[in-house]
Amino acid sequence: MTTSAAPRVERRRPVRRSGAAVARPGFAWAVPATLFFLLFAVVPLILVAVLSFTSWDGLGSPEFAGLDNWRELVHDHTMIQSLWLSVLITVLGVVVQTPLSILLGVWAAGRQRNRAILSAVYFVPLLLSATAVSILWRALLDPNFGVPSQAKWLFGDGNLFGHQASAIGVLVFVGAWQYTPFHTLIYQGAARSIPQVLYQAAEIDGAGTVRQFFHITLPQLRNTMITSMILMVVGGLTTFDTVLILTQGGPGTDTTISAYYMYQKAFKSFDFGGGSAIALVLVLIATVISLVVVKVSGYDKMRSTTEGL
Amino acid sequence: MKRRPNYLAGLGSVVWLFLIGLPLYVMLAATLQDRSDYSSNGPLAFPEHVTLHNYTQDFSNGFGHFFLNTLLVTLAVVAIVLLVVPPLSYAIVRSQGRITTGVFRLFLLGLAIPAQAVIVPMFYVISKAGLYDHLIGVILPTAAFSMPVCALILTGVMRDITPDLYEAMAMDGASPWRVFFQLVVPLSKGGLSTIMVFSALQAWNGFLFPLVLTQSDSSKVVTLGLFNFQTEHGVDIPGLLAAVVLSMLPIFIVYLFARRALVQGLMGVGGK
Repeated sequence: MTTSAAPRVERRRPVRRSGAAVARPGFAWAVPATLFFLLFAVVPLILVAVLSFTSWDGLGSPEFAGLDNWRELVHDHTMIQSLWLSVLITVLGVVVQTPLSILLGVWAAGRQRNRAILSAVYFVPLLLSATAVSILWRALLDPNFGVPSQAKWLFGDGNLFGHQASAIGVLVFVGAWQYTPFHTLIYQGAARSIPQVLYQAAEIDGAGTVRQFFHITLPQLRNTMITSMILMVVGGLTTFDTVLILTQGGPGTDTTISAYYMYQKAFKSFDFGGGSAIALVLVLIATVISLVVVKVSGYDKMRSTTEGL
Repeated sequence: MKRRPNYLAGLGSVVWLFLIGLPLYVMLAATLQDRSDYSSNGPLAFPEHVTLHNYTQDFSNGFGHFFLNTLLVTLAVVAIVLLVVPPLSYAIVRSQGRITTGVFRLFLLGLAIPAQAVIVPMFYVISKAGLYDHLIGVILPTAAFSMPVCALILTGVMRDITPDLYEAMAMDGASPWRVFFQLVVPLSKGGLSTIMVFSALQAWNGFLFPLVLTQSDSSKVVTLGLFNFQTEHGVDIPGLLAAVVLSMLPIFIVYLFARRALVQGLMGVGGK
């Protein structure tokens, strides 16, 4: 992987001067994109904080309501349950997808001839919208016409959406179906950039494939693992389309995760202030995680797993 | 050097292929048969009487119009991204100011802002701007939210242009404009096509912004059409799945041609 190098903000290093002064673009070049991004991503982010202290029905003007929304949120049983469900689904997603995508990614990074053919089918879920994926699985798992209705020996009463455990299982499974290809891809890229010298050295020392995997491949994938897991966590916490289409938060509120609860509160119950408060909680969690990724993964500075080679 | 094949992962990859391929096959098979055949034979049966009825019916349900809307949104989002992200990435890579470093950090943080988190204020902003239920109200936030990843991909590509080339151009006394158009843009063609495909994919598959920011049928996009179809005619599974197939068809055609660009770009996200 030479053309798509790892993203990083390089610390300013002394510039090599060689005669001609290089014309450098000024800050002005970044202005259009930055303004656009500020206006449509950062300003709403600030507004969500403001709106969380107001009561607003979506039609009139927001009115200052102090800490009302927050007080309500702390005592809201559904909110607490939804946070717990979000965490559960996220953790299950990471646990299922990480080993799968590492194994598949490392395998795909090899030089097999059939790889190209396989990967053409492999990455189809990457192209599908979460809506399409959810509808596809909703149809396939339909209690009356779907696969479970034909294989009751395996699926019990065939109604996977009728019980909390199986409904959560479906959400985790569909999430893995859709996102494992993406993570496989980033592991594939990372695995391909591991220096072959390491394997050659290991081979000379007589290390087998399994030992090579645990002592070279995995440690070399450290940074990628962090990035990938953080993406999974942020993605998991904000799972929304899947829940809306597959379970509608049900049965009851058994799969009502925070992002879905926020949508319901704001756009179904027209409690936009309360919805904003939940959204802010999600933002805070996501920001903490992203700060961790920027720090730990070395995105903001050059740090390579090949140090000391 | 010869590396022994990884049998465990190889086996896993075949299982995974099955897991990916089977649902896609079942979906295609379902769309090619009548509703009654599907419900009596079950999802795993091979279609007996092949028909394209489900597809034609979707078009009479307005999918053609939803397609046009989605196409419009996608083209506009790609245009915006191509207009503002390359100069941004150029500035991030080449300008030595502190501010541009700060800007890059801002975009990196933006990677982690989930659209759900800002959907309420977005609704507020778009309503106040009088853009509610207009496609432009969907286009603007969609473009903004695809910028962080695009900037990330493109800066990665632009960083690989060697300093010698800039110095050679400087010898000629080239201005930043000339350097941008004669050096940076031609050498980042791969990255540019990646961000094109990527932003198009995001726009085409966008769901939350259209769901919350539009209302009437005239501004409905494909994903939303799918969602409404599902809530209204949920029992008509072959018809619904035909709509799903239709929704992915254009993007699949693009994928066949731009697979390399997309895959390369996404591989770069993981870092080394």
